[in-house]
Amino acid sequence: MDEGDKEQERRIGTMTSLPEASAIKLGLVIDLDICVGCQACVVNCKEWNTSGYGAPLSDENAYGADPSGAWLNRVHAFEAGHGENAKTVHFPKSCLHCEDAPCVTVCPTGASFKRAEDGIVLVNEDWCIGCGLCAWSCPYGAREMDPAEGVMKKCTLCVDRIYNDNLPEEDQVPACVRTCPTNARHFGDLGDPESEVSLLVAARNGFDLMPEQGTKPVNKYLPPRPRRKHEDTPTSLLAMAEAETPKGFWKWVDTTLENLG
Amino acid sequence: MRPAWSIIFFTSSSGLGLGLAAWVVLGFLELGNPVHLLGIAGFTLVLTGAGLLSSTLHLGHPERAWRALSQWRSSWLSREGVLAVLAMAGLALWFGYIYVYGAWPPMWASLILVALIAATVYATSMIYASLKTVARWHHPLTPLCYLMFAAAGGLLAVVWLMAVIGQRADAAIVQATLVLMASAWGVKIAWWRVAGTTGAPSTIETATGLGGFGEVRSLMPPHTSENYLQHEMGFKIARKHATKLRAFALGLGAIVPLVLLALAPLSPVLVGVALLSHVAGVFVERWLFFAEAKHVVTLYY
Repeated sequence: MDEGDKEQERRIGTMTSLPEASAIKLGLVIDLDICVGCQACVVNCKEWNTSGYGAPLSDENAYGADPSGAWLNRVHAFEAGHGENAKTVHFPKSCLHCEDAPCVTVCPTGASFKRAEDGIVLVNEDWCIGCGLCAWSCPYGAREMDPAEGVMKKCTLCVDRIYNDNLPEEDQVPACVRTCPTNARHFGDLGDPESEVSLLVAARNGFDLMPEQGTKPVNKYLPPRPRRKHEDTPTSLLAMAEAETPKGFWKWVDTTLENLG
Repeated sequence: MRPAWSIIFFTSSSGLGLGLAAWVVLGFLELGNPVHLLGIAGFTLVLTGAGLLSSTLHLGHPERAWRALSQWRSSWLSREGVLAVLAMAGLALWFGYIYVYGAWPPMWASLILVALIAATVYATSMIYASLKTVARWHHPLTPLCYLMFAAAGGLLAVVWLMAVIGQRADAAIVQATLVLMASAWGVKIAWWRVAGTTGAPSTIETATGLGGFGEVRSLMPPHTSENYLQHEMGFKIARKHATKLRAFALGLGAIVPLVLLALAPLSPVLVGVALLSHVAGVFVERWLFFAEAKHVVTLYY
């Protein structure tokens, strides 16, 4: 019996119904103010997960005309607002490990499940029939069918790193968090209001993606900090020079020339 | 959503087969002649079974399809699988009973079987109607559309089979078929008008949480070529030609069969053409059902 089956064995009787809300809610907090869109988390995620939990993440014809493959983490870029006050926001997106995860309840086989002990949403790839319904039920696009394996792939929150005592302590976090050069990604227990991540969410007004979908995501996003409004600060050197009041010799030149008419 | 042929065939073929089965079980066709009995049993079971088999074709691992029968407590797809297997088995037993005993099965058994058949069609529709992420599908009229098409198509098939086996169709049955078909398309037209207007009002602003900074637009996709999500959920062709395709669906599925049935309800050939045309219309309708549907994840792209 492999790991996946053992995991399922413990859950027999609950089926793909969601477990009781877990006290521990492991998840990510992503700081949209800091992310620079370098894609390092995307690459490190693929690197770790292609050799970790489940089948390798396919990556076919990567340099050809029609590349295909599965990724568990993708970074979008959006522009918000218009003109000089527009904001460019790099936007990493992976599974949000929702409390009311529709991808779990729609699964007909029991392959898609949410762990009762820490809230991580996983796929048992040996049971997955590749019907794709879980991906249809996810508003966030967090699941991708592996084009080579025919099973559903998703973020595991690096379940094979975070509990892995063979790794040094600093590596026992998800690969995306470990690799982020700007510290825009934080990992922790969002079920504990005193945890570092929960305090961060409280301090920075962390928010949910698409709360109206009723999925209650565990992962939170921290909004970009408001920038000073464009009209508050001069932008051109000329405008800065004009705003300055002359002093000393230049004040004398200024007033004399003014008086000349 | 990308319209997968296997799924379109599945929903329209098994819908028709189950609709026909329900009317047969209610006693609309004379099954005294063993040749007729076997022919009608075969036709019904093949229509339903072929649809169900086709639904496994789009799976990544069809050999594990049996596992889909296990999660009936939470999953509509699983419920649909369980109900379909029960309905098919019940139907085979029902036909078998008549073949062996030469008499109608007890009324209670027939009624349970009809309920099971209706539940199967309802479960099929709920696979889609239960998804909040596709606002157009997440509407109470969606299951009604599926049930009405199954009932209307099934009754039309009954009238055709009556013509084929030489059982005289009452004027009342023909009229009921005309009314049921017109009502099914009426519900569909209503669905076309209202579906998608209710449900979660997600926008790119709520999807990104950046609405406070102003209007949000995608600046850069996260990859250079199409990914699974765009392939599966970003289908646009149908929305471009929606009006024309809806007219095709109505013409083939409603107008042609209604006219043919009204003019020649006793002709096996013309009612056969009416049935084929209705099937083609439902096929276009089902294609549009998928192809026109917009998934909320497309807000990110």
